[in-house]
Amino acid sequence: MIRYISLFLGLAFTAAVLWAFGNGAFVAATQGLGEKTADGVFHAHPHAPEGGFSFEGPVGRFDRQQLQRGYQVYKEVCSACHSLKFVAFRDLAQLGYNEAEIKAEAASWQVPGIDPNTGEATTRAGLPTDHFPSPFPNAVAAAAANNNAVPPDLSLMTKARHEGPAYVYSLISGYGAPDPALRAEFPEFETPTGLYFNKYFATLNLAMAPPLTATGQVSFADGTEATIPQMAADVAAFLAWTAEPTLEQRKQTGVWFLGFMIFVTLLAFLSKKQVWSALHTGRKD
Amino acid sequence: MSFPWANQYQPQNGFMKWMDEKLPLPRLVYNAIGAGYPVPRNLNYMWNFGVLAGFCLVLQIVTGVVLAMHYASDASLAFGKIEHIMRDVNWGWLMRYAHANGASFFFLVIYLHIFRGFYYSSYKAPREMIWLLGVVIFLLMMATGFMGYVLPWGQMSFWAAQVITGLFEAIPLVGAPIKTWLLGGFAPDDATLNRFFSLHYLLPFVIVGVVILHVWALHIPGSSNPTGVEVKSESDTVPFHPYYTAKDGFGLGVFMILFTIMVFFLPNALGHPDNYIEANPLSTPAHIVPEWYFWPFYAILRAFTYDFLFVPAKLLGVIAMFGSILIWFILPWLDKSPVRSANYRPTYRMFFWILMVDMAVLFWCGGAPAQEPYVMISQIATAYYFMHFLVIVPFISRSEKTAPLPKSITDAVLGQAGATAKGARA
Repeated sequence: MIRYISLFLGLAFTAAVLWAFGNGAFVAATQGLGEKTADGVFHAHPHAPEGGFSFEGPVGRFDRQQLQRGYQVYKEVCSACHSLKFVAFRDLAQLGYNEAEIKAEAASWQVPGIDPNTGEATTRAGLPTDHFPSPFPNAVAAAAANNNAVPPDLSLMTKARHEGPAYVYSLISGYGAPDPALRAEFPEFETPTGLYFNKYFATLNLAMAPPLTATGQVSFADGTEATIPQMAADVAAFLAWTAEPTLEQRKQTGVWFLGFMIFVTLLAFLSKKQVWSALHTGRKD
Repeated sequence: MSFPWANQYQPQNGFMKWMDEKLPLPRLVYNAIGAGYPVPRNLNYMWNFGVLAGFCLVLQIVTGVVLAMHYASDASLAFGKIEHIMRDVNWGWLMRYAHANGASFFFLVIYLHIFRGFYYSSYKAPREMIWLLGVVIFLLMMATGFMGYVLPWGQMSFWAAQVITGLFEAIPLVGAPIKTWLLGGFAPDDATLNRFFSLHYLLPFVIVGVVILHVWALHIPGSSNPTGVEVKSESDTVPFHPYYTAKDGFGLGVFMILFTIMVFFLPNALGHPDNYIEANPLSTPAHIVPEWYFWPFYAILRAFTYDFLFVPAKLLGVIAMFGSILIWFILPWLDKSPVRSANYRPTYRMFFWILMVDMAVLFWCGGAPAQEPYVMISQIATAYYFMHFLVIVPFISRSEKTAPLPKSITDAVLGQAGATAKGARA
């Protein structure tokens, strides 16, 4: 009986799904499987800077000099619009700054505060325990100041995109008009006023104006020449650090732990062999 | 119950004797996973996954309890609390990555455990109850995994909650009120997050309870084995300890090596980048995908794209998705072949491997965007899935020609008279 019920059920499910398949196949046969779109053709895959990032790979580490340069790019360029809310000034110790430098650095930022005499909202110099302040008091103000697009917080940006560090690097150094040959294929494709074409952006047109415009836009304290690819790579590395400040601890711990596990597993294998050896030769004790 | 030749527990000293009289817990452990449990001597490494699943459950509970100490189930705080754990809690990143990847490894281990059951027909009498409880555990795991994924309150968390509770809307008449009741509102928000956190903390302990029943039911007939021939004499078995504690120990080591590689070197490889964007009800992600372990079932859900006989497509998809797991409950009564192991069932073995390929295709389609050609491929794969369990298995179990079975497990292992070449390898 159960066999006939199952036969009926099985055929019913199969008929329903094959009915959907038939309809879909009919649509595909009459209308094709969808046409090429400008989105698909113009879009480019992000790529890392030449030589890759120092923190890639199982034992990769951050380059402290690069993080400091990237921080400088964030401070002088990105921070005009983008917040970094999950990062505190005290975290800068990991970039190689000492306590006095961090105090001075924090004090150079104005953070929201309360006037101790009147209780009114005001600003004060930052302390090492403060987090980076947002350039806008709230999302509405951010949207109003940026053509209705809210600049996203950058703390987690490199984890929130596929191949994040390469994506950030490609995006901010990859503005420019579409390839003329491809452009001819889609004459109707246009970048709306107020938006900027970028082949690495998901929808191709984004609201952020090119942030890096000229060599020397930032004067690096370590004397490195501030070309656009250099600044882009440095800030991408810095944002990889803000997204995962524990990356080095994780990889270092991982190497030791993996070695330990391989050793323990080897011991487990040998003891398994030892325990089973009598059985495998057929001599059951 | 156990075999008559099982080793008997002997308390070794005065304290253990005293303990054995008052609360025979050591005796229970000795008989459950010690020298007092005789196990077939021919189990291969596919029999490691039960112990590994138990290990995963403990790992998830331990890391989860620690994470809960630093988390807040408030929609305005949850996302930031996860980052607090990642940045400011000592070894918090390790706890969170171990918990997130631990869920993936738990499902990987459970899938291999279930597929072992399919191949060797572990669900057949006298082990139906073990199988039924196993399916219950799997369903509880799916609910727990889904609710856990919502807790970080990222974009995928929010939209997963929206989509999955939206499935209940497909139920005629009462669908919409049920969805509102599940969410505690009209959209996922504080009420949803709070109840999901509460249930996510509760369900693992319910799973522990069902696991105890699962293991208890296992110890009534004892473990199955790769030949499918039942234990006949003492020479067919070895005591669980030290033989299988040693073998499981090695398996656990291999598991830990793979787990270490994922947690320390590829911790986000199995996740989705969108979940590092805070939940935003006003912005729908381009592709909403569940975690990888739900992909085959997600593909089945999305395969039903046209109404059929006045039943709406969405309702069909929901019934098929839940049905695709619920049919496992009747599997012991659909497969009537007297031979258990697929090693001796050439026809069934072929269809088993087709099912594995079919599930791989469903897995691939479930992770792909809902567009052609993935939809049409998933429709063919879904049709085969239901045909396999509901039509092919019941009917080949009647008609197929099976290979001769070894006389006993001992014969199969030691290659004596009566053992086939196949059995000797098993």
